Amino acid sequence: MLPAFGFREREHTADWELEVWAPDFPGLLEQSARGMYALSGLRLQTGSRQSRSISLHGEDKESLLVRFLTELLWLEQEFGLGFDSFSLTIDSQLNLDAELYGTAIEKLDKEIKAVTYHNLEVQTTQQGLRVTIVFDV
Amino acid sequence: MVTLHDLKRISDYEWEIPKSFRDDMHVPVRLFATRRMLEDVMKDKSLDQAVNAATLPGLVGHVIVMPDMHQGYGFPIGAVAATRLPDGVISPGGIGYDINCGVRLLGSQISLDAARSHLDALATALNQHCPSGVGGKGAVHTSDTELEAVCRQGARWALKQGFATEADLRRTEESGCVDGADPGKVSKRARERGRPQLGSLGAGNHFIEIDLVEQVFDTTAASVMGLEQGNLAVQVHCGSRGFGHQICTDYVEEFQGAVRRFCIHLADRELVCAPLDSPEGQSYLAAMRCAANYAFANRQILAHNARKAFEQVLAGKVKDWHLHQVYDICHNMGKIEMHVIDGERIKVCVHRKGATRAFGPGAPELPDEYKPIGQPVLVPGSMGTASWVLVGTQASMELSFGSTCHGAGRLMSRHEAKRNVRGDKLRQDLEADGIHIRAGSMAGLAEEAPQAYKDVDQVVEAVVGGGIAHKVARLHPLAVVKG
Repeated sequence: MLPAFGFREREHTADWELEVWAPDFPGLLEQSARGMYALSGLRLQTGSRQSRSISLHGEDKESLLVRFLTELLWLEQEFGLGFDSFSLTIDSQLNLDAELYGTAIEKLDKEIKAVTYHNLEVQTTQQGLRVTIVFDV
Repeated sequence: MVTLHDLKRISDYEWEIPKSFRDDMHVPVRLFATRRMLEDVMKDKSLDQAVNAATLPGLVGHVIVMPDMHQGYGFPIGAVAATRLPDGVISPGGIGYDINCGVRLLGSQISLDAARSHLDALATALNQHCPSGVGGKGAVHTSDTELEAVCRQGARWALKQGFATEADLRRTEESGCVDGADPGKVSKRARERGRPQLGSLGAGNHFIEIDLVEQVFDTTAASVMGLEQGNLAVQVHCGSRGFGHQICTDYVEEFQGAVRRFCIHLADRELVCAPLDSPEGQSYLAAMRCAANYAFANRQILAHNARKAFEQVLAGKVKDWHLHQVYDICHNMGKIEMHVIDGERIKVCVHRKGATRAFGPGAPELPDEYKPIGQPVLVPGSMGTASWVLVGTQASMELSFGSTCHGAGRLMSRHEAKRNVRGDKLRQDLEADGIHIRAGSMAGLAEEAPQAYKDVDQVVEAVVGGGIAHKVARLHPLAVVKG
């Protein structure tokens, strides 16, 4: 029996495929972020905490998921920031307001080029939501 | 799901998935592979992805897949698809996030005998002169104005800065600069990512490698290229870094809306596209060309720094330490080209994603010295295995839009490679085989293990057997620098 939320890497010949599940959509975004960080071997410094606020919109759940993860990649690659605490609010029009808390990155093993839309579909299950994300690496 | 039974044999090296396989296919899929390779081809979803690609509007001829194909996102890696102008589409996912990822080959008159005792020092010097690694900054930090010049001029910008020679540019695909680049179509984020990374290798499967010209198959072509059995050569494999990744990300997002506006039905959202004659299609083309030119300049700066590394180590120790350019090719690109389709010469946009342009003898795009032999094609293997120098053929013009394979092609997932291979043990094994390794990450090294790739010799056998390339020389790795 799988826990209520989580992620796991799946086989993909060239890139990275991540299966993510959670009881609700904010939880799915958070688990996707944690899974993406885990795949790239991101380790945070123990120094002073930082926060960032972001607001995004999606035409559907899939586009909001891609935009959220892409925003995290931007903050990682441009500012060297990673996050381990998330406060996510999403309204019925798929507007996301996110408060992200974390620190500067101490170590990153692998670079993710992009979050793709390849076969991306947020599926409803008996336990909540599930999605499989392919990252170009 | 495509199975072996769905493939129609055209020849020992060519197979077809007919248009009738799925109702939404606009053209058939042609696959170059030996019978022996087909079992491996079926292990992932690359052919299903090729069938999805065959549903794009405005395609002509066939969607072609090369024997080094493997599963990607949207298009498979190792795919070629051509759409007619003006109303066919352009798809960023059919080109890839690393726009103008490619390979440069430098030849030399340095014999292995003369260089053998300096190989370790050469590997160290290359590692020091050519910045690499995750998020690595480049050798050259540009201002926004300079970045715009790089976008417009490509390797010609590098020439003006003293990083290139005229001969380098002449022996670069498109002479190192694609016309029609417009930095105004590039986002602020892409610029911010691109400015500090020029002259950097990056990470993943990108590398700089010192090779031995182990065997020559066509002495005339090898002589024209300046490749001599027993001498060293250097390969540089990288692309447009975060600049290209961001441009592709931006336009995949923008095209999500474009497909709705143009009522284009997609088999996969990563195949988003826009008509070539639409403002959206034209904007992407202009931005993609900026990334292409950035990549040409990037590989040129890395080649310049590789020359500096060779000079630092070999000056005064060997007679001639110069590295001359053999050729520089793109394997992730969209190009407007003329091709003969059903007897008619028409203008098409050729998407090559993990496939190399391979124009045959006489092509006007080639420098004069290469017109008699055809375009050099550079096919890097995996660490520890051979790489190949081929040339394009007349048949490649007729069968594959003047294209051929681009590498060995992955066989094993990165996840499986990490489970089966330890980076430090792999490094020891390669060093024991006489291959000097400099790697930023042991986990990254494990993912790129030779056993994770197909046999590059089989890949080459398939494209040569299929007539879409001709063998010139086989290279053996001596030192590998990876990010």
